[in-house]
Amino acid sequence: MQDLSLHILDIVENATEAGATLIEIYISEDKNKDLLQITIKDNGRGMDAAMVKGVKDPFMTTRTTRRVGMGIPLLEQAAKETGGNLQIISEAGKGTEVVATFQESHIDRKPVGDMGATLATLIMGNPDLDFRYYSNLEGEEIEVDTQYIRGELNDSISINDPAVINLIKDLFKKNTKS
Amino acid sequence: MAKLKIEDLKRIKESMKGTVNLRQGEYRVKITVHMGTCGIAAGARTIMSTLLGKIENSGANDIILTSSGCAGLCNHEPMITLEVKESAPVKYIKLDPEKAGRIFDEHALEGNPVADYALSVGSETTY
Repeated sequence: MQDLSLHILDIVENATEAGATLIEIYISEDKNKDLLQITIKDNGRGMDAAMVKGVKDPFMTTRTTRRVGMGIPLLEQAAKETGGNLQIISEAGKGTEVVATFQESHIDRKPVGDMGATLATLIMGNPDLDFRYYSNLEGEEIEVDTQYIRGELNDSISINDPAVINLIKDLFKKNTKS
Repeated sequence: MAKLKIEDLKRIKESMKGTVNLRQGEYRVKITVHMGTCGIAAGARTIMSTLLGKIENSGANDIILTSSGCAGLCNHEPMITLEVKESAPVKYIKLDPEKAGRIFDEHALEGNPVADYALSVGSETTY
């Protein structure tokens, strides 16, 4: 994966497959602590303790199409390469929270990347799910809440209409320092 | 804080008035981008963006774009599955934006599958 936004896309796909209806994504930085933190939280079916332990193993997957699952191990590797780590908090029936931390200034820390494209892809592919996104990077705060957007659109257009998706992409283009 | 403005959302709503919205279920063509770890690492998100741009530019409102997980053929990613209603779905492999664009123009819009990029043609087994 070239950047963190691709890792996030990948981890959120796990949440969609776990039957989540609301997925929250938070990215924040703490310049004083030189810390970048990504949190992905879902209300899907969750995992028991044994499974939480297992998902960090690349040779464990819930899929039947192949026998390996690399999503979590790859993100963990990306975090650990910067001196950070990956934590998974989950309970069967209650959802899962994945928290990845990075030393922000570390030379191996991947760039955040295009979160607009990641959210656009997620909303396109999962128009029935709700996403709540908040980031605070380089002093720029961005928020996307599909429940709010849906409310404003009032069923007159679907949330995955290209016009709506483009508004979301533009929001990131205008408010992200490159 | 940057977020979507109510005015912008209202503007889209107004511009859509009177047009028939087929995205809520009815469609003629369905394009699925495979978004497993393998697909994402190989560039599936770029393919999604390319196709989204193509749908918008063509003005087609009977084509839906969606995503799914790994199809089990990780070495062939990025892949899409294109389904024209009442025809057999076609899986396209090892895509880039240019190939995806051609598939959109020829298969999704005109109904002619692009054999050059298809997973297999006329075979019962795939390797």
